[in-house]
Amino acid sequence: MAKIIAGVGTSHIPSVGAAIDNGNTQQEYWKPLFDGYGPARKWMEETKPDVAIIVFNDHASAFSLELIPTFAIGVAEKFQPADEGYGPRQVPVVNGHPELAWHLAESLILDEFDMTIVNEMPVDHGLTVPLSVMCDQPREWPCKVIPLAVNVVQYPQPTGKRCYNLGQAIAKAVESFDEDLNVVIFGTGGMSHQLQGERAGLINADFDTAFLDDLTADVDRLVKIPHTEYLREAGSEGIELIMWLLMRGALGEEAKEIYRHYHVPASNTGAGLIILENEK
Amino acid sequence: MSKKDYDDIPGTYVFDGTQNRKGYHLNMFCMSLNKAENREQFAADPEGYLMTFPMTDEQRKAVLDRDWLGMLRLGGNIYYTFKIAIFDGMTMQDAGAAMSQVTVEDFKKMLLDGGRPVEGNRYKSEWEK
Repeated sequence: MAKIIAGVGTSHIPSVGAAIDNGNTQQEYWKPLFDGYGPARKWMEETKPDVAIIVFNDHASAFSLELIPTFAIGVAEKFQPADEGYGPRQVPVVNGHPELAWHLAESLILDEFDMTIVNEMPVDHGLTVPLSVMCDQPREWPCKVIPLAVNVVQYPQPTGKRCYNLGQAIAKAVESFDEDLNVVIFGTGGMSHQLQGERAGLINADFDTAFLDDLTADVDRLVKIPHTEYLREAGSEGIELIMWLLMRGALGEEAKEIYRHYHVPASNTGAGLIILENEK
Repeated sequence: MSKKDYDDIPGTYVFDGTQNRKGYHLNMFCMSLNKAENREQFAADPEGYLMTFPMTDEQRKAVLDRDWLGMLRLGGNIYYTFKIAIFDGMTMQDAGAAMSQVTVEDFKKMLLDGGRPVEGNRYKSEWEK
């Protein structure tokens, strides 16, 4: 039987990827952030998941305004790093797990979550930066990856509650897969940041800290946060945090926080990382 | 057009259906810059390349002037308009400084000091004082 053993929440800031790719992680600006990634990378190395379900959003790379799926699951064998305008990141190709991905797609749709199924999808920093954050610069990524893209660009994004419920359905679906697999689920993006408008540069460390706390202390509060509260309190792009709730939904109620790191600023963002483990 | 409860957030362009309808072709132009051959065409003949998209003249002018706030007002979405900033070799701090109309140095300093605080920046009424 496959099972979800842990969840990881992490920001997916493009310049964090660039700092890794360009060997700048020990510079004064970046060192405090990367020092905090050390224990998380050690955890990843020791945990050795077989598969990572990475909940992320596409940033006008695979999808555009032509077609805006609310939830899309990647079922391909391979996903190539996307050209986001700089040329593709020089990182390993992302290997999928088509068998589990199709099992998830089928289970979720029959469970009344209307997933979009994607056979071809270049993956941008939203997916590859979390892998770099957790795995540094390996020649190959250490696990198979199932990309799960959430629309967070076009208003209205799915609600936090819907994301949380989808996470619960994913946990159920994973457990009904025959093969013995250890699965980790990543919720990515956030934390507070606003990239646009005259209010650009907004960061709300109090909001972010309370969010990290309540991933274990008061999940009910988090799933009830309405869109406008994210927009107002965590900045227009802070709403990406709904993807962390999808991750949280896939874990048991009693999941325990085993590591956290929070640093301001990373580019224009409050950068957070949390690891939650299910009871063994 | 119905009123939205986020209309009173200052300095924020929520990318909803209204903005999508206004900015569709502007954003699709931005998206086209993901392809190296399109970047080359845009570099060689910016006006000519923009004419291949059914955008408004106002939108074309905003792109040529690199009027970052103007693009948002005309329906641009930051993830799309940032493709132009990437094309120009700008960082997110450069774009943030331009949109909030401060120097890049001041914008970076604000971030290092913890970012723009939410206090005083939640409601349009707080900016009108």
